[in-house]
Amino acid sequence: MSREKSKRKDVWKLVSLLVILMYALILVYPLIRLLRESVIVEGQFSLQGFKDFFSKPYYVRSIGNSLKVSLAATAISLALGVPLAYFYQMYEIKGKSLLQVLVILCSMSAPFIGAYSWIVLLGRSGVFTKLLESIGIQVGSIYGFSGIVLVLSLQLFPLVFLYLCGALKNVDNSLLEASVNMGCSGAKMFFTVVIPLCMPTIIAASLLVFMRAFADFGTPLLIGEGYKTFPVIIYDAYFAETGGDHTFGAAVSVIGIFITAAIFLFQSWISNRHHFTMNAMHSIERKKAKGFKNVLLHIYCWAIVGLSFMPQVYVIYSSFQKTSGKLFVPGYSLESYRFAFTHLKKAIPNTFLIGIAALALVVVLAILIAYLVVRRANVANKVIDTLSMVPYIIPGSVIGIALVLSFSKRPLLLSGTAAIMVIALIIRRIPYTIRSSVAVLQQIPITIEEAAISLGASKMKTFFTITVPMMGNGIISGAILSWVTIITELSTAVILYNANTITLTLAVYTYVSRGSYGIAAAYATILTVTTILSLLLYMKLTGNKEVSL
Amino acid sequence: MSVNITIRDAVKKYGSNTIITDLSLDIKEGEFFTLLGPSGCGKTTLLRMIAGFNSIEGGDFYFNDVRINDMDPVKRNIGMVFQNYAIFPNLTVEKNVAFGLKNRKLSKDVIVEKTDKFLKLMKIEEYRDRMPERLSGGQQQRVALARALAITPDVLLMDEPLSNLDAKLRVEMRTVIKEIQNTVGITTVYVTHDQEEAMAVSDRIAVMNLGDIQQIGTPKALYQRPANLFVATFIGRTNIIKSTLHAEGQKTFITLPGNHRIELSTIMADQRKDQEVILSIRPEELYLKPEGEDGVKAIIDDAVFLGLNTHYFVHFESGEKAEIIQESQIDSILEKGSVISLGVKTQKINVFDKDGKRNLVMGVHNDLVGGAR
Repeated sequence: MSREKSKRKDVWKLVSLLVILMYALILVYPLIRLLRESVIVEGQFSLQGFKDFFSKPYYVRSIGNSLKVSLAATAISLALGVPLAYFYQMYEIKGKSLLQVLVILCSMSAPFIGAYSWIVLLGRSGVFTKLLESIGIQVGSIYGFSGIVLVLSLQLFPLVFLYLCGALKNVDNSLLEASVNMGCSGAKMFFTVVIPLCMPTIIAASLLVFMRAFADFGTPLLIGEGYKTFPVIIYDAYFAETGGDHTFGAAVSVIGIFITAAIFLFQSWISNRHHFTMNAMHSIERKKAKGFKNVLLHIYCWAIVGLSFMPQVYVIYSSFQKTSGKLFVPGYSLESYRFAFTHLKKAIPNTFLIGIAALALVVVLAILIAYLVVRRANVANKVIDTLSMVPYIIPGSVIGIALVLSFSKRPLLLSGTAAIMVIALIIRRIPYTIRSSVAVLQQIPITIEEAAISLGASKMKTFFTITVPMMGNGIISGAILSWVTIITELSTAVILYNANTITLTLAVYTYVSRGSYGIAAAYATILTVTTILSLLLYMKLTGNKEVSL
Repeated sequence: MSVNITIRDAVKKYGSNTIITDLSLDIKEGEFFTLLGPSGCGKTTLLRMIAGFNSIEGGDFYFNDVRINDMDPVKRNIGMVFQNYAIFPNLTVEKNVAFGLKNRKLSKDVIVEKTDKFLKLMKIEEYRDRMPERLSGGQQQRVALARALAITPDVLLMDEPLSNLDAKLRVEMRTVIKEIQNTVGITTVYVTHDQEEAMAVSDRIAVMNLGDIQQIGTPKALYQRPANLFVATFIGRTNIIKSTLHAEGQKTFITLPGNHRIELSTIMADQRKDQEVILSIRPEELYLKPEGEDGVKAIIDDAVFLGLNTHYFVHFESGEKAEIIQESQIDSILEKGSVISLGVKTQKINVFDKDGKRNLVMGVHNDLVGGAR
């Protein structure tokens, strides 16, 4: 047996090697370049970049600001999302399918679109501000800290909702019955039984929300008005020194990695202390709430979802408004769309070409890596597993900067090409797709593959004719969700794009920052429609009305 | 503080689908009472109506004299053991057991004392600080039982508590459950589809089918004098043979395969008339007659040696098949194809009317409330 094993060339070893080489090139090398750039000034070792950062309160304060914003956004997202998920899973809510689709749409629009819409709605001369003032209600400023937190919370609570729904589906109904049986029901049960049972998921969701809030720069850029957060500093630092040396930008990026890594380790430490497994024989059955309670439930659920979906509705509405120059004027027209389709003609095809290329590669790589990690556990594949999760904790803009630093000179000249955009998307998306592929693969018993091999199929034949088709559904559903996040990705792409590689999301960003809101709204609407169609496709293909991330 | 449970005319509907129609039942104080039946017979539904997790569409449920139909499950003071134990995976063994006590706002000392008492009683003291996922199935079962009993409930409800355990543990745990119930003396309603398990633990059993109770009685009564054909086939194994009853004066006879007639003195007086009947003869109620003696002729199809007993699968000349259990003998097992002569233990066999609805033999006990007898 062992003799045979050593003689046999295992194709999977080759795959492992290629995957490691790929990671070395597109991830390890850029990160080393980034680190090197941060400590080498004019060929000499120097910590000048770090000194510059820590000597100015302006910079240091941005870390505090980011932490504050992220903590507040995480807390509010939990406060909104956890009860919403609980009500959604425990009670019959009218129109629950629509509710869920809207929640997902909220989570999948770019945050800066939300920021822009809220400015239009509640800003100094916002639609609602004026409306409320006319009846004597003063709206406080939504610029700065509170605005950022508002936008991020409404954007990110859907993630908490989706995670918690998944966790609640794993809570066995009999656990709740046992609780009621022992005299603990209602709100008391929610806090003493349901919340502790969902704690591992709540911790995981908190990390995700915190990381997203921490890394987001579009929102503070638009609505922050001088309230500088760390990603804005990274972005500013990078663009302040284009062409020249990147020491400061690189140093700030490295600091960013350290902060997110520290947060990640802290989270791992906490979640290890809260570890236990659950699986439900009988899932919780939705009940009909009665009377007043039922009314309150519906108000809560629909008010929150309505509130967070409002910006998108407003964006769609304003895309049909008449514009004169940059201003909206009374009346409706398709002028914004005409402009959108005649200018930046490349944005739509780019979105699809870059997106599909990235998606195809992400899916193929994720399947291969998941197979290596689950079925071929060895040191090399352990390394791959770890490497593949690294991008999970690195802010998108940092990945963008690292890629620019690494691929802007021959022979590795890729900056400005679609290829670098694709690489960035692969790095960013692959951790999520691998996780879902691993989960799918773990459900497939290895004996099925062994049966195929014992019947004379080669390893590769087994993989392609048995394993991959069995993973099929899981892969397709994972891919569609990846697709949606790929087409709405901003933070890395904004550093890498140029006029030739601009995508829809970037087009929205460009026109929002130029103040051409009508055109931005038209692009955003096209993006939203694409997202909705993708989600509908997902539901159609999986035959599943419940989306999970 | 045990109670008796009275159920009158209970009705359960899911939409327009009626699961239980008009069911009545009396469970005595301190009794170990089992609801036994095939899956889908409504036994778990009934248990959950008592617990308050299923709505009650009709009828009355009483604990002693208190009607509990509309009482919140929180207030019914019931201890419940679930099929999958429903142990909180995030709490240690000790905290699981103390969970119900904490909700009663008892003083700390009392909580500690009671928790200790039941951890000891269930012999899980040494695991008190363990998380549930590091316990075996049997240990989790003990935690579930300790937790249910710790709140000193009026009634203990158990829903297929042993179905997730392996065969050996199942036998071990049913002894534990029976012992604990004896010690605590609490009214217990137990649901299972396993008739052997039901016989092993119960004081009385209600056999259910299709939402109706077929018979209520002690394990002995159900086994020896089943009220109808369903009970006869569901409890234990039995051979069903079509036959005819003949009355000749004061004597009654039944015809066995091969036109072999035997006298039966156990038929109820009002049933001693010519009629078609169904016989239920348990495998151990047939015995091999010595060679040459007159009996029912049968041909052996297969023999299975199981240690204590040997099972013979035979067919009669009429083609009907039957199973016979004999205590294993030291000499060789009878060969396939050999022809044997069988006798019947006439006092033990049961005779049903041709629909299988009614046992015609004397001595049937059925505690069915409002039933025919």
